Amino acid sequence: MADTPQIVLDERLKKEGIGARLIKRPELGAIAGVVLVTLFFLITADGAMFTLSGIMNFMTPAAQLGILAIGAAMLMIGGEFDLSIGSMVAFAGLIFGACTVTLGLPLLLAIPLTLAVAAGIGAVNGTIVLKTGLPSFIVTLAFLFILRGASLVGLKLASGGSTQLRGVRDAVEGDWLAPFFSGDAFGPIFAWLAQVGVVETFNNGTPKVPGIPVEILWFILLALIATFVLLRTPQGNWIFASGGDRNAASNSGVPVRKVKISLFMFAAICGALVAIITVMDSGSTDARRGFMKEFEAIIAAVIGGCLLTGGYGSAIGAFFGAIIFGMVTIGLTYTNFDQDWFQVFLGGMLLIAVLFNNYIRKRVTGER
Amino acid sequence: MSDIVLKTEGLTKHYGGVHALEGANFEIRRGECVAIMGDNGAGKSTFVRQITAVEQRTSGRIWFNGGHVEFADPLEAREAGIETVFQTLALADHLNVPDNLFLGRELVKFRLGPFSILDYKAMRKATIEGLEKTGVKIPNISNTIQNMSGGQRQCVAIARTATFKSKLIIMDEPTAALGVQETAQVENIVRTLKGQGEPVILISHNMRQVMDLCDRIVVFRRGRIVANLRKDETDGQDVVAYITGAKTQAEYEDVAAA
Ligand SMILES: Nc1ncnc2c1ncn2[C@@H]1O[C@H](COP(=O)(O)OP(=O)(O)OP(=O)(O)O)[C@@H](O)[C@H]1O
Ligand SMILES: [Mg+2]
Repeated sequence: MADTPQIVLDERLKKEGIGARLIKRPELGAIAGVVLVTLFFLITADGAMFTLSGIMNFMTPAAQLGILAIGAAMLMIGGEFDLSIGSMVAFAGLIFGACTVTLGLPLLLAIPLTLAVAAGIGAVNGTIVLKTGLPSFIVTLAFLFILRGASLVGLKLASGGSTQLRGVRDAVEGDWLAPFFSGDAFGPIFAWLAQVGVVETFNNGTPKVPGIPVEILWFILLALIATFVLLRTPQGNWIFASGGDRNAASNSGVPVRKVKISLFMFAAICGALVAIITVMDSGSTDARRGFMKEFEAIIAAVIGGCLLTGGYGSAIGAFFGAIIFGMVTIGLTYTNFDQDWFQVFLGGMLLIAVLFNNYIRKRVTGER
Repeated sequence: MSDIVLKTEGLTKHYGGVHALEGANFEIRRGECVAIMGDNGAGKSTFVRQITAVEQRTSGRIWFNGGHVEFADPLEAREAGIETVFQTLALADHLNVPDNLFLGRELVKFRLGPFSILDYKAMRKATIEGLEKTGVKIPNISNTIQNMSGGQRQCVAIARTATFKSKLIIMDEPTAALGVQETAQVENIVRTLKGQGEPVILISHNMRQVMDLCDRIVVFRRGRIVANLRKDETDGQDVVAYITGAKTQAEYEDVAAA
């Protein structure tokens, strides 16, 4: 490394401390938020919230939302929205239910098929947006309704008149792929931990926490992959560039169209993954699945530091944004507050996060 | 003529009713520096956008490096060897200098099909070398572009064209936002490139600069090429006459061939 040329330093350039550099990271607000919310519940909530089983309780919904939020965040960094991912959860749930129950396909076929259908719809969304130049907000708003409606109609067809399709659990029973998409992972390890007394047990000796719900593992895995792609690969740079200024990116030789359509497909696939996991866990699917989740996912992404204008944000931020969400949703049940405060709390969090991120950004760029 | 690098024939661009470019016949040879001049809105940038496939042209043909070309997008034009500094700079605000310099052709340390990992170190090193070579000074290359001055941004865009091997360089008003010193630097870059036999199309409103650097001056007026002048057969006043329309050249195509 001796031959690395020295960077020409300008006397106006003061060496920045680690604090100043940290404050520029988009996920800072979300991490601060996690700390804040944790403190809040440490004070107000029952101690049970922060036991192992309490943590699993709020991490499970956090993970289900978080998988969507990571898809939404990537898309937002790429400068687009997808308001249809909540409806996509219902629609993909229908496809998955129909594949497993109605057609009796094994998971090895049903899962790729479901993901492929979702990716296809994502590609349609993206292609319309890019071909017409219409705002993705409008195009995907149309798909919010189309997919929700199609789920209803499809469910009635598949179930013979009901808006619920049951029997998924029986249909996938014993399938070798099932443990990767449902239930808890690392069961034997937790059983052992219970035996040696690390994990609490019920009176009959079974551990209170039987394992880690698979969605949490998927959530962490996706957050890691998304972060790696954003920060360590050419595609990551293309996403930031496409989201920041589409024309500049394309003039610089970034395949903007491909990048954005891929992001639409990825967001849709995230929706389908959530559908597969939640449908397998509950054993049935219905048309209300994923209702309003598109907004929650976008909120989590924004809390995580994504700018609505695109070109800026992080997957780790969305990861923590979703955890804040899960903590607030479940945490209130551990407190004496009325559950119905939930939405007030959430709106407040969103506002604080946006104000905070805005403040930080202005500090960094010096604008007013 | 084998040393013709770029040739356009009847290049035309209509934006609905606006005929921004009408039947442009143009050519540039190896080692030549051709200036394009003309009033605001004359169609100079439009001409560049058709060559580099930023836009779909209405009609006309383009030859590059001896062959007829149909670039589908700016990336193809760039891969073919046309490096461009666009008037509206093509930089990504939220990326730092090395990421911008290598945008679309990143250096990677590992590649497996579509999967690759950025080689930040190599890009940093190449960026520092590239900036040094072009004499461009950027205080901190790890900063994102958004916080840089107009001139610094311009410098990054220019350094980008000069860093990569190319067969033709197009600069659309590269010194418009620059101070005296930086302008001199850019002019030096152009001189160096010319010395290396690299053809340069320089769009500029600066008569002194054009007379200093270029061998030939092509004048655009209201979407048409109205003059094609060798430097030794004209002077500043003469060029201005063409720009303003006080003078017209009937058979300008013949000049280049002579
Ligand atoms: N996308 C567009 N839609 C409609 N008209 C356009 C578009 N782009 C350019 N024009 C028009 O085409 C004409 C030529 O514009 P162009 O940008 O090529 O000018 P220019 O010669 O580069 O001028 P300047 O010296 O100011 O950069 C102008 O009248 C402009 O208004
Ligand atoms: Mg112009």
